[in-house]
Amino acid sequence: MTKVVDRSPLNFYEKTYLPALVEGFKVTARHFVRTVKGENTATDLGDGYYPEVPWRVNEGYRGAPYLVRDQEGSTKCVSCQLCEFICPPKAIKITPPGPEGQGADRPNAEKMPREFEINMLRCIFCGLCQEVCPEEAIFLQQHYSLSGLSREEMVYNKEKLLKLGGVHAGIQKWKHKLEEAREQESFPVQVD
Amino acid sequence: MLENILSDPSVQFFLFSAAKIAVVFGVVMTFVAYAVLVERKVSAAIQDRVGPNRTAPPLALKIPVLGRLLQRWGMFQPMADGLKFILKEDFTPAYVRTIYFWLAPAISVIPAFLTLAVIPFGSNLGQQKMVIADLNVGILYTFGIVSLGVYGIVLAGWSSNSKYPFLGGIRSSAQMISYEIAMGMSVVSLFLISGDLNLSKLVEWQANHGWLVFYQPVSFVIFLVAAFAETNRLPFDLPESETELVGGYHTEYSSMKFALFFLGEYANMIASSAMMVTLFFGGWSLPFLGKPAESLLGGLIHIGIFIAKMIVLMIVFIWVRWMLPRFRYDQLMDLGWRRFIPLALANIVATALGVALFNR
Amino acid sequence: MPQFTDLLFYAFAGLTLLFGFLCVANPLSRNPVTSAMFLVLTIISMAGLFVLLHAFFLAAVQILVYAGAVMVLFLFVIMLLDLKEEDRRKLNKTAVGLGSLAVLGLAGVLVRAMLAAKPVIAAGSKPVEGSTKELGRILFESYLLPFEILSILLLVAMVGVILLSKKDLK
Ligand code: SF4
Ligand code: SF4
Repeated sequence: MTKVVDRSPLNFYEKTYLPALVEGFKVTARHFVRTVKGENTATDLGDGYYPEVPWRVNEGYRGAPYLVRDQEGSTKCVSCQLCEFICPPKAIKITPPGPEGQGADRPNAEKMPREFEINMLRCIFCGLCQEVCPEEAIFLQQHYSLSGLSREEMVYNKEKLLKLGGVHAGIQKWKHKLEEAREQESFPVQVD
Repeated sequence: MLENILSDPSVQFFLFSAAKIAVVFGVVMTFVAYAVLVERKVSAAIQDRVGPNRTAPPLALKIPVLGRLLQRWGMFQPMADGLKFILKEDFTPAYVRTIYFWLAPAISVIPAFLTLAVIPFGSNLGQQKMVIADLNVGILYTFGIVSLGVYGIVLAGWSSNSKYPFLGGIRSSAQMISYEIAMGMSVVSLFLISGDLNLSKLVEWQANHGWLVFYQPVSFVIFLVAAFAETNRLPFDLPESETELVGGYHTEYSSMKFALFFLGEYANMIASSAMMVTLFFGGWSLPFLGKPAESLLGGLIHIGIFIAKMIVLMIVFIWVRWMLPRFRYDQLMDLGWRRFIPLALANIVATALGVALFNR
Repeated sequence: MPQFTDLLFYAFAGLTLLFGFLCVANPLSRNPVTSAMFLVLTIISMAGLFVLLHAFFLAAVQILVYAGAVMVLFLFVIMLLDLKEEDRRKLNKTAVGLGSLAVLGLAGVLVRAMLAAKPVIAAGSKPVEGSTKELGRILFESYLLPFEILSILLLVAMVGVILLSKKDLK
């Protein structure tokens, strides 16, 4: 069913701008009165205003990208550098461990980054790093208020990112795969 | 010796004028500061926000209840704003035309204050008439000064030597000239009715016969809209329109020079509100308080009435800002030249006929 | 206080001449905008002279029309054309000759007129207060015909401009 919007030409009264003016005065006055009387839910925050009481963002908000650990506390990132390549403003800088470097701190992974830096002044919070990461090791999280006193301070290193990112529960790709593989092994297959 | 000098009428005139100028200037400056605050608070309320509510000097919070209340209302915000303007870096870009770049802010502030000279803001206080200069061509003087106001903006746009300010300057000169004509024509009919160009006489006429806004509603509408255009307030803020021209003519300005433009805009707003009160709303008079005051108290009440009327009009100015979108340039010209000027002319003719028929 | 007004007269007259000179031959800057601004100042100081003559109406109109409208349009055009600082060009001998001839002629007429005129105002005639009304009366009674002819002249100019700018329209 199509809805036909009536776009008949303005009549004389409407052309004088008066109805639009009256309507505008009404709308703004309504908002004004509501706020002044304290009946406006948008301004009435009960427990206080922003800097003291931080704004609670909803699940799924795309704030700053941080690295996460799995439930065992090990680094999920495997230093594949996909995020470094995809990052549009080149905010990510990864130093891989190199052939002699330290291996990963968890099974099923070869390596982890020696250093992982995100320049929060460059990051545009696009979420491509999260999208591209094969290990689900980097997530845009709820943190929206980033501030610092110098440019250097705004380059977050690996420790900081891991600390801020915390543990990302639920997603443990390799554990999952391992269980799948085990199941496959013990799967009773009848070969005739 | 001193008494001799003080009793000389011209010396007295000089002293009283100086005192009036000082007081008016002080009052207007305070008004500017708090008009900014009111604007921020009103806009916040209209847009479902809270507005400035946390500036307070450390000692003020020590006052029991009042301190917190004043902080909530943002009463200290203007001081913080002023301090910020003074302390900011005053930056002059290397490519500007320096002399005009420095002159422009001053040129844009001065006319706003000069127009206040002819406005009768009260009847009298003691022996003194409450107007700085009681010119018998008051209204023409106002228009003359207002028409000079455009130079500040045009020169600022031109001397900044970059695209956006320049566009802002060009727009403002076209806009100001167009709307000045409509504005000037709209008041002609008022003086046809009252028969004198002196603003004090006009107020007295209104005190005796009733406010002119009831005689001349068309004039009032045209004057009001033109006043919006002349003060560059939304919906006529094409010269500075942030969304198109960054900051328009004051894009390159910073610190105190920018503050002067800001001050000029609000002083203009005050001046045009005061002008409208004088022209259309009976100045210091109320329907039942029409006699020039004899006592000191009466004089003060008249000044209070004038200021109250002015504040109402300024709130209308502020209110409209958060209500209407900006005009497009061609719409602006269309409204000015093809609607208002013919309307104002027709109004003059009609009024002239009316005066000729009834005032025989 | 006659001395004071005299002083003001000399001040305004001097300023008018100075600004006028700076408008046409500014030794420091040949920028057209500067010239226009000095012309504005000239007009304003001339308005000051009118005020001293108690011709408030003329003073206000002078500022309103010339400084407030005409010069803004001048400035508008200068800015739109984006005239660069005029280069010092060579003097054109014919132009200088003809120009000074014209100036001399005009000055001669003015001097003759001034010598012929009697000092009317100074002879204790009452200062014209409320000059707006009187001016209007004079304009619309004794000089009605020249006034109307002038307005038709302006109208012709206006129609001409519209015709020129819209000549491709039928
Ligand atoms: S969110 Fe976008 S910009 Fe920020 S680090 Fe990830 S890919 Fe780069
Ligand atoms: S965060 Fe993900 S995409 Fe980036 S290097 Fe680590 S594993 Fe690869």
